[in-house]
Amino acid sequence: MQVSKICQFLDARIICGEEHASANIERGYSSDLMSDVLTLDTDHLLLITGMCNLQTIRTSEMADIRFIVFVRNKKVTDEMLALAKENNLCLLESPFTLFKASGILYQAGLKPVY
Amino acid sequence: MNLEFNIEGGNFSRAGHASSEVKKMLKQLGIDARCIKSIVIALYEGEVNVVAHAYEGRILVKMEPHKITTEIMDKGPGIADIELAMQEGYSTASKAVREMGFGAGMGLANMKKNTDELTIESTVGEGTTVKMVNYF
Repeated sequence: MQVSKICQFLDARIICGEEHASANIERGYSSDLMSDVLTLDTDHLLLITGMCNLQTIRTSEMADIRFIVFVRNKKVTDEMLALAKENNLCLLESPFTLFKASGILYQAGLKPVY
Repeated sequence: MNLEFNIEGGNFSRAGHASSEVKKMLKQLGIDARCIKSIVIALYEGEVNVVAHAYEGRILVKMEPHKITTEIMDKGPGIADIELAMQEGYSTASKAVREMGFGAGMGLANMKKNTDELTIESTVGEGTTVKMVNYF
């Protein structure tokens, strides 16, 4: 699923990493718990989360996750943005809930990790 | 090649800095991406543990051909029952740590999963030393 399509589905906007708008993502994972994210063996997935802080960016950096959509209208801070840019991450913001965003993307064909 | 980092307890804005530097170095050395991920996830879990539980800590990274050894030493409350702490779901993390998305009691088990050798030594009231070895 293309990042640009995800933006359409989730009424989301790209905060950084616009150059990845045409990238294709196969799988998604929804969690607010970074401890869970760190246990995943899958990388290059879309992380859907309402946990909006610097450690979300750090966790993604370590777990080789390059795409994050922040739900529930959470706003990316300048500190997060700087770290995301340094690591070439693509960040999106969506007004939808975690449940709604996950449901829409699942229905549209984004695969679960397990 | 050896690297050394200091960790400040309680400072979540710096948590992951050392792991990030190690990841950059391993990438430069051309090590397999999956192997890098295992090493840095285990290290990051350890780094977050120090920030979450200890007063201060130190990370030593020793690179050898086909082997990396990381040691995380902290001054802190220590772990009373290491076997219990290794069980998934057991945690003594504060509310503040949980609000950061950690403290689910999965860190030590995940460190074990991502390393070839893991040893933990701890003295209550003094601190903890975690040694991890990965071969590649």
